[in-house]
Amino acid sequence: MNLFGTFGQLFAIALALVLAPLLTGWVNLCRAWLQNRSAPPLLQPYYMLHKLFLKDVVLAHGASHLFRFAPFVVFGCMALACAIIPTLSTDLPLAPAADTIALVGVFGLARIFISLAAMDIGTAFGSLGGRREMLVGFLAEPALLMVIFTTAMISQSTSVATIVETLAHRDFVIYPSLAFAGIAFTFVSFAENARVPVDNPATHLELTMIHEAMILEYSGRHLALIEWAASLKLYAYSCLGLALFFPWGIAEGASVFGLLLAIPALVAKLAIGGVLLAGIETLNAKVRIFRAPEFLGTAFLFAVLGLLVRLLLESRV
Amino acid sequence: MDLFILMLAIPLVSGALLTVVGERAWAPNLNIIASLGTFLASALLTAEIVAAGPRFAFGEMFFIDSLNVFFVALTAFVGLTTSIFSGPYMRNEQEHGRLTRPRLRLYKSMFQLFMFTMLAALTTNNLGILWVAMEAATLTTVLLVSLYRTPASLEAAWKYFILCGVGIAQALFGTILLYFAAERVLGETGNALLWTHLVDVKGQLEPAIMALSFIFLLVGYGTKVGLAPLHNWLPDAHAEGPTPVSAVLSGLLLNVALYAILRVKVLADGAIPGGFAGNLMMGFGLLTLVVAAFFLSRQKDIKRMFAYSSIEHMGLITFAFGMGGAVANFAGLLHMTMHSLTKSAIFFTVGHASQKCGTQLMEDIRGLIKINPVIGWGLMLGTLAILGMPPFGVFASEFMILTHAMKHHPWATPILLLALGVAFASIFGKVQPMVFGETQAKPLPHAPAITPVFVHLAIVLMIGLYIPPYLTRWFHEAARMLG
Amino acid sequence: MSAVSLSTQLINLFASVILLLAFAMLAQRRVLPLINLFALQGLTLCLSTLVVAFTTGQAHLYGSAALTLLLKAMLLPWILHRLVRQLQVRADVEGLINIPATMIAGIVLVMIAFNVALPISQLSSTISRGTLGIALATVMLAFLMMIIRTKAIPQVVGFLAMENGLFLAATSATYGMPMVVELGIALDVLVGVIILGVFFFQIREQFDSLDIRNLEKLKEH
Repeated sequence: MNLFGTFGQLFAIALALVLAPLLTGWVNLCRAWLQNRSAPPLLQPYYMLHKLFLKDVVLAHGASHLFRFAPFVVFGCMALACAIIPTLSTDLPLAPAADTIALVGVFGLARIFISLAAMDIGTAFGSLGGRREMLVGFLAEPALLMVIFTTAMISQSTSVATIVETLAHRDFVIYPSLAFAGIAFTFVSFAENARVPVDNPATHLELTMIHEAMILEYSGRHLALIEWAASLKLYAYSCLGLALFFPWGIAEGASVFGLLLAIPALVAKLAIGGVLLAGIETLNAKVRIFRAPEFLGTAFLFAVLGLLVRLLLESRV
Repeated sequence: MDLFILMLAIPLVSGALLTVVGERAWAPNLNIIASLGTFLASALLTAEIVAAGPRFAFGEMFFIDSLNVFFVALTAFVGLTTSIFSGPYMRNEQEHGRLTRPRLRLYKSMFQLFMFTMLAALTTNNLGILWVAMEAATLTTVLLVSLYRTPASLEAAWKYFILCGVGIAQALFGTILLYFAAERVLGETGNALLWTHLVDVKGQLEPAIMALSFIFLLVGYGTKVGLAPLHNWLPDAHAEGPTPVSAVLSGLLLNVALYAILRVKVLADGAIPGGFAGNLMMGFGLLTLVVAAFFLSRQKDIKRMFAYSSIEHMGLITFAFGMGGAVANFAGLLHMTMHSLTKSAIFFTVGHASQKCGTQLMEDIRGLIKINPVIGWGLMLGTLAILGMPPFGVFASEFMILTHAMKHHPWATPILLLALGVAFASIFGKVQPMVFGETQAKPLPHAPAITPVFVHLAIVLMIGLYIPPYLTRWFHEAARMLG
Repeated sequence: MSAVSLSTQLINLFASVILLLAFAMLAQRRVLPLINLFALQGLTLCLSTLVVAFTTGQAHLYGSAALTLLLKAMLLPWILHRLVRQLQVRADVEGLINIPATMIAGIVLVMIAFNVALPISQLSSTISRGTLGIALATVMLAFLMMIIRTKAIPQVVGFLAMENGLFLAATSATYGMPMVVELGIALDVLVGVIILGVFFFQIREQFDSLDIRNLEKLKEH
């Protein structure tokens, strides 16, 4: 493990921790603009985190240890995920810790803990949210795995760094499979990050909410960690999507210049991604929870088609 | 003028002509004259081929050899007798108020076009044109099946169109695969779908592609033959369409579809070692035979019952061709001829019988022998013939198929015997009270045309007693060609 | 990067789009969008045929492409649109089984089709050989659509989509059938649709609806 790699890795994590709330703020800002509302400040998520960290934690009477540990586990999982995904550079000393399949596992672990914590108190909303979250996760995970298999088959490796390196270096070839995988990945990202067609992050309407229903009982620094983790998750998914489907600009090997160049590239890509996300959220209506399986089924369909098309058409390209 | 062109042109031109003049009083006669012309042309053509050997027409697009000439003659003959039968039959239907003049016009023109597509399918050398003609045959008959416009007939026609459409699409896929296999050997010339070219190189065709192609073609054309499990359209279409249509569907369309399978089987046998195509056909044939035999006993509608009997016989014939070899092929060809003639004769009598009694339900048809002894005897004799009673020709062919099966595929014999036994019991048990028994039916306004029935049955009887040597030679040659 | 390779990529892309449209048609519940999807599939088919024609220099494929464009992307959708207008089919189409289950059945069919086609496409030397599996899959998906739909027009669209798949198979495996055959097939399809149009009116006259669940009386008792 060389020094530069370590530095790059630490820098990537730090950048993730700093940029993630900003991305959330940026998406909220764009959404407000597109919907003709007066926008919250760009830095609103930071103020929010700051306020929450200063407040006391109020625990429910029935809360067990699990309830208190869960935010830390979730936050840890998301931070690890951000460390594994090549955001700035593919030269990541932590990358061998987990390949793409383990990455899905890390997301799954976070989901299990937050769902368990939601049910721990025993309130109706918590259980309801936890159950819905598991439903969404159970449908989204296979689709995500299929997307990852498709990319892994193109690059003959399941390591995220290798996949990104391979994809960044390919000749310009039209991969229908990659296009299908990209669409599937977008669908999954929307579901996983509690965005509009499946969940609405801006609402507390009890009949429809998923993510917000789970964290109703949290307060103080626990809530801050969970909100921060949610931002990190959005950041992680955005970066994964960018790394898999638009890998240009990510630095490879030990080069300070490359690393410096990668930062504005990443920020620009995330900014554009945020606008698109806000746009899609504005144009679509949230579907009924019973239609969510249909939405994710479509994602799964795309992912499987991508895989099959890859097997049939491109095995000799 | 070339007899071949004449044979194809007469039905085409008269079909077009009948769409214009089909409502005139003399239109039924035109229909008969056109069919007679087609039959004469094909008979003379047959004589020419028997004397001078195979020939091509329109470049290499069409051809007549010892295999299809026999189907051509049969098709033209049954077409002629059906048109004679349909004259008084359709007039009776019109007076019963079941049909109007425009629909009779549609019937006549579609009948001629149907004859054209059948003859084109039989004589084309190009397997793609064969497909086109088979599909066109479906299209011409689909409106005939729904001629009465009753809910039941519409349903039957819809089922017929959709099922046969799906089937024929499978056949097209098979044809594409066949072309694909052929192109690798014959190159990208237009010849790669010509059967005469394909048969020369059949040993070089890629076995894997040919196997897949044959499966698709068998399932596809098999749908039209009425092979189980895609036979559902057949009883409905036969029962709900006008009787002359049932007669030509059973007597001709099924034959032509089977002919298409036979042509492809020759190629598949050449390409795939180990009798793959034959085994597949034997399997489908046996399944069809058994399914049809057991459905026979549950029928209430007389035309439906005889439609199932057609399915049963098609299963038996498919099984015979599946066994292969000179004897089985001979028996298969003979059985096809006998079945065509007998079954259309039966439908003629059934048509008149149900017209007299005003119903197709067998429990309401009683005492035919008292109403009209000719019809009664016609139905009885036809039933005996189709059930394979000696001395009719069906007996000869069934006997050959059975003995051949006993010798080469003994495992199949009990199944064959059981199915034939069940079929015999159910058909005979139902026809007997219809022919004998009490009745109060009234006579028909137009005397039925009974001649076609007895001409058909006479031929069947004659072949059962004595097959003329030129016919034997002809069958032998065709059987040898099938391998 | 040579031109052949780029055209292979384009053909693969178009084939994938055709497959995707087949799925979209399977999932589409309303009649008019269904017809539009069918027209779009015809257009994609035409484009893919054009690419094959351009790359291989086979003149008759241009004819096939033009035929596809005229018939499948313009004439047939127009006829179907007219039929829908004249028959005033407004009600939504409802499948017999729910959409996710249909999709899973579709995926299974695609897998079967790909498995069947893989050994064959390896024997092919054409630039578009890979699409044979997609063609077979499209045929099978159209078949599935015909099975699950209960209304007459979607069944017919399924039937025509099956023809699209067959056409794709013809161009992908063999650079198209001989022109005579292709003209014959096109004629059959056209006549078929016209006859069906006549048929729709007959069905509606009898049943006041195009729901073919009315057509389930003839059964073995």
